[in-house]
Amino acid sequence: MSAKILLESRQLVKRFGGILATDHVDFTLPEGARHALIGPNGAGKTTFVNLLSGVLTPTSGEIFLDGVNVTGWSARRRAHAGMARTFQINQLFADLTPLETLVLTISERENAGWSWFRPVGSRADFVDEGMALLRQLGIEDIAHGRVGVLAYGKQRLLEIAVALAQKPKVLLLDEPAAGVPEHEREQILDVVAALPDNVALILIEHDMHLVFRFAKSISVLVNGGLFMEGTPEEVASDPRVRKVYLGEEEVNV
Amino acid sequence: MLTILFDGVAYGMLLFILAVGLCVTLGLMNFINLAHGAFAMAGGYLTITLMQQAGVPFLLCLPAAFIFAAALGLLLERTLYRHLYDKTHLDQVLFSIGLVFMSMAMIDYAYGANQQIVNLPDYLTGRLNFLGASIGVYRLFVIVICSLLVIGLQLILTQTRFGSRLRAAVDDGRVARGMGIDVTRIFAVTFAVGSGLAGLGGALGTGIISFDPTFPLKYMIYFLIVISVGGTTTITGPFLAAILLGVADVAGKYYVPAVGGFIIYTIMVLVLILRPQGLFARGPAR
Amino acid sequence: MTDIALSHRPSPEAQKARAVLLGRSRWGVAEIAFWVIAAACYFLLPTKLSLLSEIAILGLLALSIDLVLGYAGIVTLGQGAFFGVGAYAAGLAAKYGAGSAPWSDPVIGLFIGGGFAALIGFITSFLVLRGSDLTRLMVTLGVALIVDEIVNQTKWLTGGSDGLQGVLPSAVLGIWDFDLYGKTAFIYSMVVLFVLFLLARAIVKSPFGLSLQAIKGNPLRTRAIGMPVNGRLVAIYTIGSFYAGVAGALAAQTTQFASPDYVAFHRSADALLMLVFGGAGHLYGGLLGSIIFRTMQDVLGNITPQYWQFWLGATLVALVLFVRGGILGLLSGLRDRMKRKGDAA
Repeated sequence: MSAKILLESRQLVKRFGGILATDHVDFTLPEGARHALIGPNGAGKTTFVNLLSGVLTPTSGEIFLDGVNVTGWSARRRAHAGMARTFQINQLFADLTPLETLVLTISERENAGWSWFRPVGSRADFVDEGMALLRQLGIEDIAHGRVGVLAYGKQRLLEIAVALAQKPKVLLLDEPAAGVPEHEREQILDVVAALPDNVALILIEHDMHLVFRFAKSISVLVNGGLFMEGTPEEVASDPRVRKVYLGEEEVNV
Repeated sequence: MLTILFDGVAYGMLLFILAVGLCVTLGLMNFINLAHGAFAMAGGYLTITLMQQAGVPFLLCLPAAFIFAAALGLLLERTLYRHLYDKTHLDQVLFSIGLVFMSMAMIDYAYGANQQIVNLPDYLTGRLNFLGASIGVYRLFVIVICSLLVIGLQLILTQTRFGSRLRAAVDDGRVARGMGIDVTRIFAVTFAVGSGLAGLGGALGTGIISFDPTFPLKYMIYFLIVISVGGTTTITGPFLAAILLGVADVAGKYYVPAVGGFIIYTIMVLVLILRPQGLFARGPAR
Repeated sequence: MTDIALSHRPSPEAQKARAVLLGRSRWGVAEIAFWVIAAACYFLLPTKLSLLSEIAILGLLALSIDLVLGYAGIVTLGQGAFFGVGAYAAGLAAKYGAGSAPWSDPVIGLFIGGGFAALIGFITSFLVLRGSDLTRLMVTLGVALIVDEIVNQTKWLTGGSDGLQGVLPSAVLGIWDFDLYGKTAFIYSMVVLFVLFLLARAIVKSPFGLSLQAIKGNPLRTRAIGMPVNGRLVAIYTIGSFYAGVAGALAAQTTQFASPDYVAFHRSADALLMLVFGGAGHLYGGLLGSIIFRTMQDVLGNITPQYWQFWLGATLVALVLFVRGGILGLLSGLRDRMKRKGDAA
């Protein structure tokens, strides 16, 4: 028996001028998935995530979230329908504190964001949930500092906390460990490994160590198109994938 | 009718020379210099002073105004402006409004609030008859000078090494830097030349527009219209925009004085909303 | 039983954290002192009441920019447009409503002025949703220029460049007449300022206010967490326009006059400068800024007007180059530094 499909793209295409950034991608993500999206630089991974999350509008093709066609929906509407994402480059609110950021996210989720008369913090349940999330990610000690001055690794964790505060059905993690110094890396890997089972996860990652530790299935994107899909073992042993990656390294060297 | 068209074109060309420096600094450095008009005012008042106090011939005043305003621009760029390139647009606006206020106060202090008038040399006054239209000699002179300048600018931009470096820097400062182009120096030179052109425009303008200390504020609006309509990616865009604005302004004041300004401002807002990259800019906004 | 959250009791840490959050909206000593001193000015400076009313009105205008710029990050050079709309709407209501009881009441006039300004603000808010700072600057400036043109050209209604004459508001709430010494005008302006300040304070400390600061910080992320960004911006721009409109209405009522000067570029620019002097994003920045600005103007302007303009410009240049965040930014920076020193010791 196959699990329910939570996220699906059909023949998804995105063109930038003459460049085909996403090339007719068919993609499905079942409930509880731990899926990694890999591919060489410029393969169109982030473009694909931006299409799924609604930052970009596809040139053609369709996207379904939990069975509903969300192709024409804004990022905001998709977020309310259960799609959350983190960003490759931190997109946080520098002048807020981590707790404020989470309480704000929870207020928006609960449609209390328009509340304009009672001060922030008057909803005890929101604050409690925000603190619980900070504890879950091991950053409750920095709840009241300014986000802008936090260490980079802590900011990466907050990125994930914000997405979790949305209580998503589908979570897109765009290179969660990118640029994190080695000693803080382990904490992020632990957090990713401990994410709740009921969330379907897509991980975009360069770090193969993280991918193979965490993913149960992998898609390889090359030149905007889906190159192959399979279990980590299948992907790791595929000579074509090796060639793509080796080829890239040769270019890089 | 033809007279109005002609006056409008002359006025538009003048506006272009006044504004072109601002377009380039905005496109190149992403810096919004609302004090651009102050350099034009400097050129204008220098001309007025040289002619009235020292009896310098008008034609000599033009290059003098260019050099003076360019030197002033270079000085301010090196001492003040360069600290602002990486600040927010709001900071840049506040800073340059501050400079505008200072320049206005200084001119007001030195020359008083009255409008200044220059006596143009005889060979530039009077009118010609051309196809039944009465054409001011001075406006013809302005058109000729400005046309030469436009052609010169276009040639510099497209034909010289400096021009191609400048265009590379406008397209992508980081890449240009990576290619070993000294962007800082290009900034300084461009800023100075832009200011100098404004000064020259101010000097030329003494015969057409009246000068008083509120000049930088009054013309700031016109410059912004030229930029918003013309875009900053080319110089032909602002050129067309300036001509259009000049003709529209002159014709508007003549035919429909009641709603002229209204129409011009509405067009500016509409263009900003519908085509934020400018009406005549090529390609879509990035 | 099914919903854990209902039966769940917050942990002590969460309760402490909540106290920290709520503590941000508690009144501080400095805040209370500010308003006590402001009220005491009535007795301390009885000969300067009309100047003080003017400061209160300018402060309200600067506060309106703070809501829009300091909190939501919408750069504007055209707030004077709403000030002017409010002034003319209230002025016309007082002029043509004279005698017919409720319409000439100043308090009704405030709502008419604020309401018209809010309406124009709401309509034009859709123009500032998108675009860079630069586009917003030019669009707001353009809107102000258009309003300026309309005021100048509809001479039959506004009196054109001569200004709107014959603005004779009746007694406030039918009880307090405007007097020659500006006593009523001062108390009236201060009360309106204080009430609107309280409202603004509630707004910026609320989830709605926090969401504005988030939008200012990072619009991309606010959309990703499901926030209706455009709705929020339209709302705050409209509220800001209402505030500016009320300020304009106050100005027209207390000076019994409205002129195109109210919508001119320098009105918007001056108000922006006051806010930047004081420090944007603190609510008090505009109020402090208007006090300093107007006092400086009085002192320096009395020597020579050019003197005032020159030093105003020089202060601006220095502010941008050396003192980011205005006076309040400077103070809170000092406080943070002292706190950090205290923590380290």
